Amino acid sequence: MTAEHKARVATTWLDGCSGCHMSLLDMDERLLEVAERVELVYGCLVDAKEFPEDVDVTLVEGAVSSEEDLRKIREVRARTRVLVSLGDCAVTANVPGMRNPFGPGPVLERAYLENVTLNAQIPHGAVPALLAESLPVHAYVPVDVFVPGCPPSADLIFSVIMDLVEGRLPQVQGTARFG
Amino acid sequence: MSDEVRTLVIDGRDVAGASGQSILSVAEESGVFIPALCHLAGLSEVGSCRLCMVEVEGTARLVASCVTAVEEGMKVTTTSERLLAYRRRAIELLFMERNHVCSVCVADNHCELQELAKTLGVTHFELPPLHPACDVDATHERFVLDHNRCILCARCVRVCDEIEGAHTWDIRGRGTGARLISDLGKPWGESTTCTSCGKCVQVCPTGALYEKGRSVAEGKRHRPYVPFLVATNALGTGRQL
Repeated sequence: MTAEHKARVATTWLDGCSGCHMSLLDMDERLLEVAERVELVYGCLVDAKEFPEDVDVTLVEGAVSSEEDLRKIREVRARTRVLVSLGDCAVTANVPGMRNPFGPGPVLERAYLENVTLNAQIPHGAVPALLAESLPVHAYVPVDVFVPGCPPSADLIFSVIMDLVEGRLPQVQGTARFG
Repeated sequence: MSDEVRTLVIDGRDVAGASGQSILSVAEESGVFIPALCHLAGLSEVGSCRLCMVEVEGTARLVASCVTAVEEGMKVTTTSERLLAYRRRAIELLFMERNHVCSVCVADNHCELQELAKTLGVTHFELPPLHPACDVDATHERFVLDHNRCILCARCVRVCDEIEGAHTWDIRGRGTGARLISDLGKPWGESTTCTSCGKCVQVCPTGALYEKGRSVAEGKRHRPYVPFLVATNALGTGRQL
């Protein structure tokens, strides 16, 4: 198979722990099988600075928690045919969403003022501002496939990727579970 | 419950139950799975979770099978696209009403809500979450009550009242403001009625009640003893099962 027949696949990482990317790597030797069908065009596993145009499938890990997450996901959605919410943070906001009952102010104060012993200050300028709530990806942009799990198993990620590159709708219902 | 037999059809199969027996109970005996969260064999029924709704021929509205008695000639459907849609929405409402974070929950892997969401094919939620601020009552020396995970099934209320005979638990308030309370609103640790028997912890379907010291996914329940307790309790009081 030549490069031009490969599906253009990207991954991106918003407010998550990278566990979903770790689980993706956990598919071990099947990565070779995936690599025959997929060209990885963007993501934290490859060195590409800009999210490219004309991407077939993007796997999104993480919730939308900051202004930068929001900018990224809108750009990703505009340049992607099939957007996959990968893992509980992208699907439900999961752990990042645990701050929602309190709001960003008290959470930042707790982390950067109350619990520090040296140079207490709330980061500003160099880091993107937090949104009022940490929300799932589909709260902002349409999502085509939901893959819950914390993280989703390597088996499930493998089957989802292979289904999508072979033009099938992934069967996640009844297989995937929250947590 | 009398010994009079009622014959009916569940999902096209001829089945029989006793008069007064619930559709859910007859279905269980016949090997038909109907999802439920507030129902637990041995406890009275409250019909609060709405997952066991079924279709009965000749009735436009859905009925909760746990609180509807079988009738002669009844035709019941337990699985349909319409029922699946309602059940998925019921699961979604339970998730959205509190803060259910399976990945860091003590009941992860042992949770009936989590498992039913999978069984019913719930992969995401469309309703906006409420993210309510919920208290955690860790005043009891052995157990914790985490309102973030409570689905108000009232299993704890019933097992404490009907089996242990203490009636420590109740539910206060209505709608999204409803909360489980001990001793009319005292912290659990100050309860004078709680016998610390732990039955409420064992019957909790989620991570709302758990033993202190248990961490994420360590809240495995020891459930099988509940029907035994119910049986011995019934023998002692002469109450019919």
